[in-house]
Amino acid sequence: MEIRPEFLGLVLACALVTAIPRVLPLVALSRLELPAWLLDWLRYVPLAVLSALLAIELLSAGRAGLPAIAFAFAVAAMTRSLFGTTVAGVAAFWALS
Amino acid sequence: MLGYLGIGFAAGVVERAAGMSYAEILLLSMVLYAGSAQFVLTSMLTLGTPAPAIVLTVFFLNLRHLLLSAALAPALRAVPAWKNALLGLQLTDETFVVASSRGQLSAAWMAGLNLAAWSTWAVANVAGAALSGYAGDTRALAFALPGMFAGLLMLQFLSHRVRFIALTVIALSAGCGVAIHQVFPGPWAVVGAALLGASAGLALQRWRSARNS
Repeated sequence: MEIRPEFLGLVLACALVTAIPRVLPLVALSRLELPAWLLDWLRYVPLAVLSALLAIELLSAGRAGLPAIAFAFAVAAMTRSLFGTTVAGVAAFWALS
Repeated sequence: MLGYLGIGFAAGVVERAAGMSYAEILLLSMVLYAGSAQFVLTSMLTLGTPAPAIVLTVFFLNLRHLLLSAALAPALRAVPAWKNALLGLQLTDETFVVASSRGQLSAAWMAGLNLAAWSTWAVANVAGAALSGYAGDTRALAFALPGMFAGLLMLQFLSHRVRFIALTVIALSAGCGVAIHQVFPGPWAVVGAALLGASAGLALQRWRSARNS
């Protein structure tokens, strides 16, 4: 039940570099009127980030990854439940590998 | 908030399996509080990666919050800057998806969402750690992360009215992400591919409305 000093330092450093991109735009951009094209562009950002992250994750997941994600997509479309989708993805991956 | 349980639970299992104490897992989940970064930090620690390289990777990995934070900014324009700073500290992919589906946001509503997600995340991490010994196959549990991404992606996709633009953004971002990752492995692949994909989506939308008008 103890915290190694070097672990504490690592977590604090990681938290600091994470806080900057989390906080900065909210504080700076809230004061400004954003142009319409930027708002439209930002609507596509989560779609793009998630697609890239997921595709790169799948590269290292092995052969069971792709069919398991296809199954997870189907469950997500039918149930719209994040928890159900996560469980379905893990179960499919476990069953296939 | 249920999506958090699955991922947080899996994170706790993996973190415990990597030799972290309960106190360290609680610290990590409450102070860093970032799902993908926690998985990456854990796997890099077990590989013996030096700390500066881990911090740099986490920085690039979490740079995407710039885009999420900027996207939420208009909805929180009425909130004072110091409150926005506190709200921004707890910004995650999941709370962003929930928050960005409503119009103007109040600071109290956002703080409630943040606190619910934060506490759920910490409890799930510790619960996963407690059950780590029983969970045999941690590789399958680590798949909770892509599984959750798949769910978030589908929810985002269904919220877009013009399906062919959304599909183009998905295909382009995924394809570019993989291509960039093969040439320059590292977190830049996600940032680069996302910038490209989102810009293509905007261009397509502009082209479509110009043609229809």
